[in-house]
Amino acid sequence: MSEHVVPDGGAAHGSRKSYVTGFVLSVVLTAIPFWLVLGKVLERPGATGAVLLGLAAVQIVVHMVYFLHMNAKSEGGWTLLALIFTVVLVVIALSGSLWVMYHLNENMMPSSMPDMRQMP
Amino acid sequence: MSEASPRFYLTEEHHPENGTLLGFWLYLMSDCLVFACLFAMYAVLGRSYAGGPTGAELFDLPLVAVNTALLLLSSITYGFAMLEMQAAGAGSARLGGTLAWLVVTGLFGAGFIGIELHEFAHLIHEGAGPQRSAFLSSFFTLVGTHGLHVTFGLVWLVTLLVQLSRHGLIPENRRRLLCLSMFWHFLDVVWIGVFTFVYLMGVLP
Repeated sequence: MSEHVVPDGGAAHGSRKSYVTGFVLSVVLTAIPFWLVLGKVLERPGATGAVLLGLAAVQIVVHMVYFLHMNAKSEGGWTLLALIFTVVLVVIALSGSLWVMYHLNENMMPSSMPDMRQMP
Repeated sequence: MSEASPRFYLTEEHHPENGTLLGFWLYLMSDCLVFACLFAMYAVLGRSYAGGPTGAELFDLPLVAVNTALLLLSSITYGFAMLEMQAAGAGSARLGGTLAWLVVTGLFGAGFIGIELHEFAHLIHEGAGPQRSAFLSSFFTLVGTHGLHVTFGLVWLVTLLVQLSRHGLIPENRRRLLCLSMFWHFLDVVWIGVFTFVYLMGVLP
């Protein structure tokens, strides 16, 4: 594979090798979660869930690198900066929603209502 | 009098060669926030069945696996279309490879949408429509929003096929193809979250 240089604004490009590598990695990283769930491989659902989330995170990175050609240099680093900012916002939105709504559900349980009545 | 002409110091400021791609990336990041909100909603409400059917009873995982495979295949065929475009060189008339791979990508995408619509129709027919429970409302909103994105990606793809066959691989069309490639791969990234978090984790007890 020779690397062609095409004048189209210095956009990052992949090679056939990088696309195929990304595809093979994605197939493996997709097959494992489906096998874990369909084959009921792990005893505890919590452990399965944790492994699933970990594999998904790895596969997202694989897609970012091999399909979206993310690197620290594209567009002078601005794409990476925007991505990091977005990831921070996503983590805050997800963890914050779960945290707040979990406690809201806990405190709105009918069983806790009598306690609430005795509060000042 | 003439020596008072203003001097601008910013005229030489460096701009990225192709601002469109950076701008499109920023759009994708904001779209990412839309999906983050929908994922958060599903995370909160995904187990509120209201006495109705659960994910374990409803989801047909082999069908989801087929759908995942279709979307992943469409991602790599789009990549091959981009490679053909690169190999064709600037201003070249070599269109065939790019067009062929784009058509294959479109067929995979259409297959994905077809299966998803079939799944939705089946769920609604069983009485598990979006109005049944908070779980199903958030499910249809999240998965439906992703499906809508893929549908618009298909509309865009067909538009570009027409543009390409009319004008060839001109710089404008190359730029559009690059934007759509980012959009298409981004939707595949979102689907990783959907099949992991909604379908696979949804059937866990």
